[in-house]
Amino acid sequence: MLLEFTDRGIYCPQAAIFIDPWKPVDKALITHGHADHSRWGHKHYLCTAAAAPVIKYRLGKVNLQTTGFGEIHTINGVKISFHPAGHIVGSAQIRLEYKGEVWVVSGDYKLEEDGLTETFESIKCHTFITESTFGLPIYEWRPQIEVFQEINNWWRQNQALRKTTILTGYALGKAQRIIQNLDDSIGKIYTHGAIENVNEILRQQNILLKDTIRVTAEIPKEEYIGNIVIATPSAVGSSWIKKFSPYSIGSASGWMNLRGARRRRSVDRGFVLSDHADWKGLNTAIDLCEAEQVYVTHGYTSIFSKWLNERGVSAGIVETQFEGELAEIGESTEKEEEV
Amino acid sequence: MKRFAALFTQLDQTTKTLVKVESLASYFSEVDDQDKLWTIAILSHRRPKRPVNSTMIKQWAAELSGVPFWLFEESYHVVGDLAETIALILPEPSSQSEEGLSYWIWFIKSMTQDGEEEKKAKMKQAWSCLSAVERFVFNKLLTGGFRMGVSQKLMTRALAKSTGLDENVLAHRLMGNWTPDTTTFADLILSEDPKEDDSRPYPFYLAYALEDAPGSLGNHSDWLAERKWDGIRGQIIIRNDELYVWSRGEELVTDKYPEYHEFKSILPHGTVIDGEILPFKEGKPLPFAQLQTRIGRKNLTKGILEKSPVIFKAYDLLEWEAKDTREWPLKKRRERLASIVKEFSSESLKISDEVVFSSWHELGIEQERSREYYSEGIMLKRLDSTYRSGRKKGDWWKWKVEPLTIDAVMIYAMRGHGRRANLYTDYTFAVWDGDQLVPFTKAYSGLTDAEIHEVDRYVKKNTIERFGPVRSVTPELVFEIAFEGINKSTRHKSGVALRFPRIKRWRKDKPKEEANTIADLLSLLDIYG
Repeated sequence: MLLEFTDRGIYCPQAAIFIDPWKPVDKALITHGHADHSRWGHKHYLCTAAAAPVIKYRLGKVNLQTTGFGEIHTINGVKISFHPAGHIVGSAQIRLEYKGEVWVVSGDYKLEEDGLTETFESIKCHTFITESTFGLPIYEWRPQIEVFQEINNWWRQNQALRKTTILTGYALGKAQRIIQNLDDSIGKIYTHGAIENVNEILRQQNILLKDTIRVTAEIPKEEYIGNIVIATPSAVGSSWIKKFSPYSIGSASGWMNLRGARRRRSVDRGFVLSDHADWKGLNTAIDLCEAEQVYVTHGYTSIFSKWLNERGVSAGIVETQFEGELAEIGESTEKEEEV
Repeated sequence: MKRFAALFTQLDQTTKTLVKVESLASYFSEVDDQDKLWTIAILSHRRPKRPVNSTMIKQWAAELSGVPFWLFEESYHVVGDLAETIALILPEPSSQSEEGLSYWIWFIKSMTQDGEEEKKAKMKQAWSCLSAVERFVFNKLLTGGFRMGVSQKLMTRALAKSTGLDENVLAHRLMGNWTPDTTTFADLILSEDPKEDDSRPYPFYLAYALEDAPGSLGNHSDWLAERKWDGIRGQIIIRNDELYVWSRGEELVTDKYPEYHEFKSILPHGTVIDGEILPFKEGKPLPFAQLQTRIGRKNLTKGILEKSPVIFKAYDLLEWEAKDTREWPLKKRRERLASIVKEFSSESLKISDEVVFSSWHELGIEQERSREYYSEGIMLKRLDSTYRSGRKKGDWWKWKVEPLTIDAVMIYAMRGHGRRANLYTDYTFAVWDGDQLVPFTKAYSGLTDAEIHEVDRYVKKNTIERFGPVRSVTPELVFEIAFEGINKSTRHKSGVALRFPRIKRWRKDKPKEEANTIADLLSLLDIYG
């Protein structure tokens, strides 16, 4: 096999490289900067130029080499290239080709264009390793334009009630997607420090984000009224949030699709907005890549692979290190790291 | 259905009572009388009869969604709610419906008479013209178990707000054995002198749990103490030679207790007594489990009546000589009640005796003896109090005994429902029998959200086997299980059944070897069973 599944992660013996390994290795290819994919302690890193600044910021001094999308790197006869995955800025699927056999590792991905992230590109391959975070038919996303209409309307309503609007999402990825799609004619956009740190990095790499203001202790409380604050999921129920009172708080996540999860979150509003493919997206991606063999990882692995096998797509499961089925409940995989 | 679905969304999006009342009140002022009446009926647990079973609904929904049945089942396990799973999994509706709530209730009711093919066609018709939220609401109405996060009390407040009527008057009018088919909004809610309804009970007054020492209630001589009997709270009504028995769940249960039928020839017209439906034999109460065996039965055989007879333990007098006595002070109501029970004597009617005490300390000793009387604790009632309606703080308190406890090992876990869907929250516990673990109870509540997440992670990482939504896990975690009573059971492997088991705390300090044994459990059975 061109790729093997080891206890340190996905491994290519021919090129002696790992993909998103979870234990320290010599050479690591990194699909994107979320903490469960780019970990500390490898000797060499390779990722896209667009993903690199955040990874460097998070991991500090690491030996990191970058590549453009589509550029081919040959290691011991294995042709390696990175292609847009549409998950967050700089996120990639990784294509490996050896003696005419092609494998693609999806990392995390979504098919819908979000106005900020490089658009997902389908790559033909023999073997496709796919995530399955939302690999059940109960997960179907509405177009983001409708979701943002809902969010903007909610912001307007809160403004009319002289309340602050607080919306939470991961600091890296979701927060910027939200910012980019808000109607900033309604009011000003404030950000939690962890989010603003990422914004600054993205702006330095010439990504045009809408104007945001970092929340600081010096800003008088009244300033927030009628405006929106973008916060990390960990802010829910924290003392940090109290100063925005009176406020209405919402959460933007694919998990908000389930009423139980919405109620557990104890937020006023749950908006179904995910940077992962929904059920249809996963199935479409698999159809488009025309793979003969699929391996399913991250999420509802056993269910989704059974479904694929019944549809005539040969599919197996890749167990990730410690996660087991943690992704199943959503809350455990929320990437709440302070970037 | 659009307006009702919008109401549901509004109620679901807030936990604030004021906002809920506001949403409901404005809903009541917008929709027509028939929809109002059905909304009141649904919020007071009066639902149309369920016309289809879940297996059928699941099959049709899977078929219409183009997913295999097993995949539907897996999705259902994750969502934890059938109505929601169907709403999420079905394809987008192909049309819209402008019909209101009453139409769809009528639609559901119309299915009861249909054959399977017609039912299926109707379900498909409904699902293809309702939006996701409307479908969810429709499915909930269809399958029952509909909770909108609105208590009857809150609904009554909203209704009072939109009609301008007094809340207590409304609470009374809403009681009784009505359905939207037997009355109208005008008759039920608005008419000044509603149809003579002899069966109509008074709203129950409910006690709060006493959290501080009873000394916090002030002078002990201002209070009446009695045992808190472990049966079903009930109300006996005698009007115009008819008997009506109501349980606290506002169910008319007259037929279930033939022991009381002689009351209608003994007690005079216009008598209403509040009390406890109590299993009782040979001069003493039986365990609650005895009553449970006859609750669900349609046919009360002679055998059951002999094995689990009931009496009515009278607590209070609500109506006498056809006059509402609820404004009388408790002292006067009790005195009259005692003389009534004495004068119109019946084997099945007993007064709940006062526990005489001369200090709080003395009452404390009595309280600790509660289990000897098969009671759950002591009730404290202020002697000069009126009979209020609903759960109100101040005049009535329940002072329960400390629960029994046992340390047990978790061996199975199951996913929860509703707010806890998709998390492993329902556990089965075991005690040691030699080196074997014997399951003896399930328990759901008692852990904090953070602990639930921690246990959930443990379950997912330490699964031995899966059986549908249930997993067996490596026995490791020890919990202290609290319960109110223990009885012999032939249905359980362990030979015991617990009353109100719940998790008291997670014994992180205890290794599994130090959990209790079956012998410990059986010795509790000997003492309290």
